[in-house]
Amino acid sequence: MKGRLFRSLPAALVAFLAASAVWAEEIGDAEAGAQVFKKCTGCHQVGKDAVDKVGPHLNGIFGRAAAAHADYRYSDSMVRAGNDGMIWTAETLDAYLENPRALVSKTRMSFRGLKDPADRANILAYLRSFSDNPSDFPEAEPTALATDHDIDPAILALEGDPEYGEYLASECLTCHRSDGTSDGIPSITLWPTGDFVVAMHAYKRKLRPHPVMQMMAGRLNDEEIAALAAYFKDLE
Amino acid sequence: MKLNRRLFIGTGAAATATLAAPTVFAAGHGKPRVVVVGGGAGGATAARYIAKDSKGEIDVMLIEPSRMYYTCFFSNLYIGGVKEIDDLGHSYGTLAASGVNVVHDWAVGVDRDAKTVALAGGGSVPYDKLILSPGIDFVDGAVEGWDLSAQNAMPHAYKGGSQTELLKAKIAAMPEGGIFAMVAPPNPFRCPPGPYERVSMVAHYLKANNPTAKIIVADPKDKFSKMALFQEGWGAHYNGMIDWIGSDFGGGNVSVDPNAMTVTIDGEVTKVDACNVIPAMKAGRIAELAGVTDGNWAPVNAVDMSTKADADVYVLGDASEQGDMPKSGFSANSQAKVCANAVRGALTGSKVFPAKFSNTCWSLLDTDDGVKVGATYEATDEKIAKVDGFISATGESAELRKATYEESEGWYAGITADMFG
Ligand SMILES: Cc1cc2nc3c(=O)[nH]c(=O)nc-3n(C[C@H](O)[C@H](O)[C@H](O)COP(=O)(O)OP(=O)(O)OC[C@H]3O[C@@H](n4cnc5c(N)ncnc54)[C@H](O)[C@@H]3O)c2cc1C
Ligand code: HEC
Ligand code: HEC
Repeated sequence: MKGRLFRSLPAALVAFLAASAVWAEEIGDAEAGAQVFKKCTGCHQVGKDAVDKVGPHLNGIFGRAAAAHADYRYSDSMVRAGNDGMIWTAETLDAYLENPRALVSKTRMSFRGLKDPADRANILAYLRSFSDNPSDFPEAEPTALATDHDIDPAILALEGDPEYGEYLASECLTCHRSDGTSDGIPSITLWPTGDFVVAMHAYKRKLRPHPVMQMMAGRLNDEEIAALAAYFKDLE
Repeated sequence: MKLNRRLFIGTGAAATATLAAPTVFAAGHGKPRVVVVGGGAGGATAARYIAKDSKGEIDVMLIEPSRMYYTCFFSNLYIGGVKEIDDLGHSYGTLAASGVNVVHDWAVGVDRDAKTVALAGGGSVPYDKLILSPGIDFVDGAVEGWDLSAQNAMPHAYKGGSQTELLKAKIAAMPEGGIFAMVAPPNPFRCPPGPYERVSMVAHYLKANNPTAKIIVADPKDKFSKMALFQEGWGAHYNGMIDWIGSDFGGGNVSVDPNAMTVTIDGEVTKVDACNVIPAMKAGRIAELAGVTDGNWAPVNAVDMSTKADADVYVLGDASEQGDMPKSGFSANSQAKVCANAVRGALTGSKVFPAKFSNTCWSLLDTDDGVKVGATYEATDEKIAKVDGFISATGESAELRKATYEESEGWYAGITADMFG
């Protein structure tokens, strides 16, 4: 376990960890994470004296609300996620690093994402070592599980039926505007279908926090999401 | 439109005739005709969607007496001083542009055998499908001492426009330290959180303009929508101002005297300075005249909002008895789209998709302190049945409450654009 997270956990948990070999393997390696973090350093700092640069500094990111640095100018989407109550946990960070736009559609972080679950697990273990007070981490939260959030390519490839999409969309248009205006509620017209589909699935899986959208997306199946994406893609 | 459903509701001759008819059904007179009565949340949406989606294949006539529709939704915010009356008014001009023939008149009768609607201005108009979305009327004698002739002294402000303005004027005219009383309605009624959002907004106004004034609410119920959220908000923002008297404490034992301006709650007489009586409700009268009501409301089939009484007459929104959905503008709008899709399918053979419904109701407790409750629904053989839901939690952060309020503004812009184009 050298170099790994949770070296200083209470004895009981260490015993549990040791007993659970699978889980132990899924915990990231902070040293390996330091290497992967080089992909982030162009924009983010972490550690002593870290400050906001292109992206906000990442000290104490675990357990922090999204968009929490008062002096840093986040995108509207990130601010909205923060207001909705999105907290950076192993799960949300994992999803964001895998595909930033699946979790926060109009994020300003122009980074394609880390596709390898092991890279993400390692980077999370690394980031987790930069907290003011690591003992505050919720113990129950298994860190950096290598969850696969990625949408099955078959789902992304589904051709939506725009006629069905138009009917389903009528339900969305009670809140979202067909002319693309966004005040209070974001615009969802003219989106690339891929972005639309991953956003809807992130609500469906409750990775994104909003209760209305979790409920709306929760009862849509893959074809229906594809149909909506196909309809809204061309709506002007 | 599904045949199996028609089979078991098809008792009358009309239904049998429709069964035998071909997909494109216009009773031998060219273009199929849809008449919609009532240009509110349900009717305006249904008219607009049928006209828009049928692209001229169906004649759509909307009968509505008013030239402007003043929404009840957000009318409490007007009372609180958060919105202006002009923010609530919407003209029917845009609907005409979407191909709806808007006739400003009252529907005064329905002949379901001849399939015609009689107008107050004289004459009648024929229909193949009739959609009624007349909203609510009040049950006579529901509150002892109050009838419609008392609505100037003690407004209900439960229909949009002038009644809302009148109530606001009366609250503004209250003497320093005066008393505002509300008589809340029994279930089921239009907008379950409406009276309590109103109490919040009256308190908001009084706190700024008449801080020693008091609010009394006489309620025939012992609980109400979003109760924990409202009570938390009242405690936090208006502590000591609001006295809510539920049924356990005699809140249902009420009479009023509009001349003396007194309210008697469980035997105790109080002289009040402004009084808002919200009586028990029933379907808008035209539903009853059409003979599609059973008791106070019009029972409908969940798949398409057609009435149990007549497969060619549909009832939307507050007037319908459909199952689990609350009587709200959001619900009426949602039901209208399911109905529009089914009516269009029946008249032109266009594809009919499965019914899906949803609702979300926001309420404003104080400036930037919004809460919400919502649910999704599906059609079962028996009713519109709830599938899933959520509600704001007590103790939420100020940022989230502000975001929730901003969302409600987005929704208001969204639903009114969806109704009127
Ligand atoms: C204070 C208050 C706050 C509310 N807040 C919300 C909210 O925040 N969100 C929400 O979703 N809902 C809210 N509502 C509820 C909402 O206003 C109603 O549920 C909604 O308007 C119902 O739509 P409807 O089509 O059934 O009736 P309405 O919108 O009332 O429309 C009925 C129309 O029919 C017309 N009409 C009636 N009879 C005839 C006739 N014989 N001939 C021709 N026309 C006729 C009327 O003139 C009227 O325009 C609120 C209601 C109130 C009172
Ligand atoms: C091209 C610059 C760039 C790169 C590379 C980049 N980021 Fe970001 N990151 C940003 C920006 C900009 C934001 C603010 C996003 C917003 O407001 O939508 C951000 C936001 C974040 C946040 C949310 C911070 C908060 O306070 O809510 C996290 C976590 C994060 N990045 C992690 C990473 C990690 C880990 C990597 C490397 C795998 C990385 N980023 C790579 C620019 C970048
Ligand atoms: C009751 C109002 C309401 C309805 C109905 C609704 N939405 Fe939303 N939607 C919202 C709100 C509010 C947000 C912002 C949520 C957040 O902060 O994450 C949102 C966000 C979204 C987003 C993400 C936008 C972004 O920029 O991140 C998408 C995509 C979306 N909705 C699609 C839909 C679709 C598709 C439907 C219909 C099936 C729908 N919505 C129905 C209110 C609604």
